Amino acid sequence: MRNIISKIGVTLLVLSFVGILAFAINTGFKIATGLEDDNRFSVSMVTDGGGINDQSFQESSWKGMQELAKETDVKVSYVECPQTSDFLSNIDKLADENTDLIWGIGYKLADTIELAAKTNPEINYALADFSLGEKTPENVTCAVFRSEESSFVVGYIAAMTTKTDCVGFVGGIKGLVIDQFEYGYLAGVKYASKKLGKNIDVKIQYAESFTDSAKGKAIAMKMYDECDVIFHAAGGAGVGVIEAAKETGNYVIGVDKDQSSLAPKNVLTSAIKDVGKAVKMISIKALNGENTGGKTFSYGIKEHCVGIPAENPNLDPSVYKSAIEIQRKISDGKIVSPGNEKDYNEFINKLSRGEII
Amino acid sequence: MTRSISRILKSYFMRTFIAVLLGFVVASAILFITGYNPSQCMAVMFNAVFSRPKFIVNVILKSTPIILTGLSVAFAFKMGLFNIGAEGQYIVSTIAAAIAGLVFNFHPIIQVPLVIMSGVFAGAIFGGIIGFLKSKFGIHEVITSIMLNWIALYLCNYISNLACFHKPESDGTYPINESGLTLFMYKWKFSEEGRSFLKNNPVLNDIILKTDFNFNFILAVIIAIVVWVVIYKTRKGYEFRACGLNPDAAQNAGIDVNKNIIYTMLISGALSGLAGALALTGSSNPVIHVLPVFENYGFNGLSVALIAGSSPIGCIFAGVMFSALIYAGQSLQFKLGAPSEIVNIMIGTIVFFVALSVIIPMIVDKIVEKEERKSA
Amino acid sequence: MERGIALEISKDYAVQMRGISKFFGNFQALDSVDLDVKKGETHAILGENGAGKSTLMNILYGLYGADGGTIYLNGEPVYIKNPSVAISYGIGMVHQHFMLVEKFTVLQNIILGNESTDKFGIINMRKARKKVIEIIKRYGMNVDLKKKIRNISVGMQQKVEILKALYRGAEILILDEPTAVLTPQEVDELLEIIENLKKDGKTVIIITHKLKEIKKSSKECTIIRKGKFVDCVNVKDESEQSLAEKMVGHKVKLLVDKEKATPGEVVFEIKDLNVKSERGIDVIKNLSMSLRKGEIYGLAGVDGNGQKELMEALICRLYVESGKILINGKEIQNTSTRNVLDSKISIIHEDRHRYGCILGMSVADNAILEKYREKPFNANGFLNYDERDKYTEKLIEKYDVRPSKCKYTKIRNLSGGNQQKLVIGREIENDPDLLIAIQPTRGLDVGAIEYVHKVLIDLRDKGKAILLISLELDEILDLSDRIGVIYDGSIVGEFDQKEANEQNVGLLMAGGKNNDEEHI
Repeated sequence: MRNIISKIGVTLLVLSFVGILAFAINTGFKIATGLEDDNRFSVSMVTDGGGINDQSFQESSWKGMQELAKETDVKVSYVECPQTSDFLSNIDKLADENTDLIWGIGYKLADTIELAAKTNPEINYALADFSLGEKTPENVTCAVFRSEESSFVVGYIAAMTTKTDCVGFVGGIKGLVIDQFEYGYLAGVKYASKKLGKNIDVKIQYAESFTDSAKGKAIAMKMYDECDVIFHAAGGAGVGVIEAAKETGNYVIGVDKDQSSLAPKNVLTSAIKDVGKAVKMISIKALNGENTGGKTFSYGIKEHCVGIPAENPNLDPSVYKSAIEIQRKISDGKIVSPGNEKDYNEFINKLSRGEII
Repeated sequence: MTRSISRILKSYFMRTFIAVLLGFVVASAILFITGYNPSQCMAVMFNAVFSRPKFIVNVILKSTPIILTGLSVAFAFKMGLFNIGAEGQYIVSTIAAAIAGLVFNFHPIIQVPLVIMSGVFAGAIFGGIIGFLKSKFGIHEVITSIMLNWIALYLCNYISNLACFHKPESDGTYPINESGLTLFMYKWKFSEEGRSFLKNNPVLNDIILKTDFNFNFILAVIIAIVVWVVIYKTRKGYEFRACGLNPDAAQNAGIDVNKNIIYTMLISGALSGLAGALALTGSSNPVIHVLPVFENYGFNGLSVALIAGSSPIGCIFAGVMFSALIYAGQSLQFKLGAPSEIVNIMIGTIVFFVALSVIIPMIVDKIVEKEERKSA
Repeated sequence: MERGIALEISKDYAVQMRGISKFFGNFQALDSVDLDVKKGETHAILGENGAGKSTLMNILYGLYGADGGTIYLNGEPVYIKNPSVAISYGIGMVHQHFMLVEKFTVLQNIILGNESTDKFGIINMRKARKKVIEIIKRYGMNVDLKKKIRNISVGMQQKVEILKALYRGAEILILDEPTAVLTPQEVDELLEIIENLKKDGKTVIIITHKLKEIKKSSKECTIIRKGKFVDCVNVKDESEQSLAEKMVGHKVKLLVDKEKATPGEVVFEIKDLNVKSERGIDVIKNLSMSLRKGEIYGLAGVDGNGQKELMEALICRLYVESGKILINGKEIQNTSTRNVLDSKISIIHEDRHRYGCILGMSVADNAILEKYREKPFNANGFLNYDERDKYTEKLIEKYDVRPSKCKYTKIRNLSGGNQQKLVIGREIENDPDLLIAIQPTRGLDVGAIEYVHKVLIDLRDKGKAILLISLELDEILDLSDRIGVIYDGSIVGEFDQKEANEQNVGLLMAGGKNNDEEHI
């Protein structure tokens, strides 16, 4: 008896499950949520695994979007995707919500944004911190940053500040984006050492992670045996570098945003990369009806999207002054900072030939 | 009367259902406290799953890997082993499948099984290592599993960055060759012909073009049934269950417990491996990439197995439910701005209540007992 | 001493319990049980396994709460919420399974949980030692305080438990099955200690199902059957037979009926066996023995003298360093458990819950535990459930497993006796040449014990060899045709049933020399 009841129960359950499924696949159920009649211009962003509290560019992007919402009548929202396989379905969900502009933040989302743009040609997408280059679809806008410019400036500052004639660089995972930081920084150091007329050693090491702060700290502790300034471009792993600076009493240069709050006495300056500002600028363009599709916008010192903070309490005023001078030179195009190995070698050649002043 | 009610309440389906319900109640309370309208949240979540055919398809597609890792955990659990290493087995499987998919390029009839089997094989090896260490040296499977999870993670990061596989300007490998994909009509749906056909059929357009439509779920269901048959109908399954319930008695009855530990972990690893391989071949972005943290396919499998009470068939339902919760949770984020932490707390609460659901029969017993003594 | 009406509550009684009831779920373990224990007396509580005697005492000790009834101590009603309260009332209990910390010394164990400390929180060891030594002297206990628990014998450990209770100021001492693990000599020592306690005015309650000891130790005896109070008797007026009948509720045969054995050829032999334990200690040392068809060989010995390791070596779980194990002339040492079982050896393991059956599986699944891989149960890798059920039904009927429609119930839900019947049936159905029975009646009630003994003797009469390993000397003496004594990993003496008695076997079990014969 009991067996029969439970068998009938299970059968009913399965049948109803299949029934609901069949019905829903054809028409779909919907419950009123009270959110339906919001017809404002809407902008959404999709993050990678880092999430909007990543202390880095995801956070910065979301901040930019919040500012956008404050300044204009735009509806903003975000979705976090801890799993890569969520990228497509979440971007697709946003498209279903009649979102007017969908941002993918970071190079990890590049492929998915490209695919989504192909399947939904009627929707506008944007990609921050990565360029799809020539294959950029008509409905995708890309925003890239000339991080090598700010890195050049902090490299210059590091070289001018060091007393041990040895500075360090801790990267996250080697790749195009971090190359910009590395070679810009190297170029800045070389430029300054030529000016000072002495040789300054640069130690370079990668944490192979953007999250492992313990590893970042271990690397930095070792580096501080010889160096007294380290520039990190390692996201969460860089937090460990800053901690090491705090413990050893040395200087560290922050990245992406003004990181002086993490160690007020040790953060010399920061190589700011204001992704949020670019996100905001492109979103406003879209709001104003400008067609930005298929284009790649590059943001650097000139556009005030990269650079160093205005307040640098630990920085020698004279160094700051000359750093501002360098910023102006870059902005004017007098100095072109290299962002990859090839450009860097060229830059060194030019430097040694005295073609760069 | 009280008897029959108590029997219904004690049945596994019912008590899981009650636990899920309780989980939603507590989750609503949490939402309320944190300043979100619970009924609105529930409506948003409901819509996120049921309002469009595509959403249901997505939930099912996303449930496939966790059903399989759930099966993997449940299977090992029948043998009394706690396979926390499903995560690592999943990852090595994606690595092996990706390498096979990149290196070889045969006709799909050979390529698809080849890619999937490499993943399954890698997962089985990783599971087998755990089983071998446990049976030969008595090292607890949880310890080796955790170690192997990390090894898998870093191996994945290493392979992703190897010059021969690494796709420049990304954090991962090149996509695997198209011949290895199990996506439904992958080429056709992006072709002119396919697009124009799908345009005239909005429902199909929605569920085929806009999702990574594939039939992996059906394979997962078949595998669940096979696992059930193996456990409950075969000689080997009988051995596994005996070893799981009482290894001493099983050993004394002439069953080679140590050998069965290795077999179980091989099979369990293979199931996680299948999850990884299918997740790769069923994706429109079939790459492996640098993992900063675990993506939790294996760990979600633990939750699925827990909700299912280690029943293979239950894993199907639990997997779909879990996948729906995650999928719907992400909609909460952009619709209402609820942070992912709240969503995770909600899911955690529900899993917690299901884990607690073993006490529901006890509570029912207590109540019945009191009733009866009152009437006596 | 028949008692029509309940005794009055009086100061002369150390413990009086009135109408104690206890439920476990739907099962009523105790149904309005009364108990009256006179001050300064030894009182026995007699009952079969599962009759509720331990439950009753656990209620007195505060481990369980009663669902009804009242407890009076010295004429005053008390509420014993937990063991701490019981201890404060001067109640001490020695459980069947000792609760000692293996790695601690005797003294440390005694004062554990009741450490008297100075104002800095440091244990005052000297004071504690003084107090303990005083107690030891008063009751004539011979205990070395410095030794670690794991290095002393079980009998000694029991004394430590008693000391523990006395140290906490026990006036009423409850002993749960105190003689189950002792050699006859140790039993005598214990009885002497109990006598000393009584002289000192302490009240002792002994839980037991052994009739002999009741006769020796107690003045009064309360009998419980199936959770109900049966009688409170004056031990002097009763015979063992009458006590047993009151306990079981019907006529019983205390002595085993059996014909003289007619042993045949040798089927099983162990030659100069040497085995090391997992820790690498020599546990079996040059052990030799042989069994013939149609005889029961009883292996007597105190627990921990190599019985367990001998079994493990036999089923190939321990490696045999040297020596041979032969069945029907075939060597089986260091092969596999499967091979041993396939060589017509069947084993009824001790502790069926742990080694003999799988509690989480159904009766039917347990029935085929050793046969599942053979036809007809195994059909090309799949289990044939119809055949399994048919076979199970046959076993249930033949071996009188109750309830009779239990094939799909989990074996956990069967009573101990019925579990054992199934296990024994399963093993005998294998048609073994050698049946090894280890503690086959442990935890069974008298009725079930009778049944098991009968089955074993029937099997012997069919010409099978039976190796009986038991810690119960009475059982060995009653059943065996030949008796071997194992001590420290060797057989230190063999007796024919005729010449064996409690004294000469007991002496060898305790490690003494046998004066009559030189077997060593």
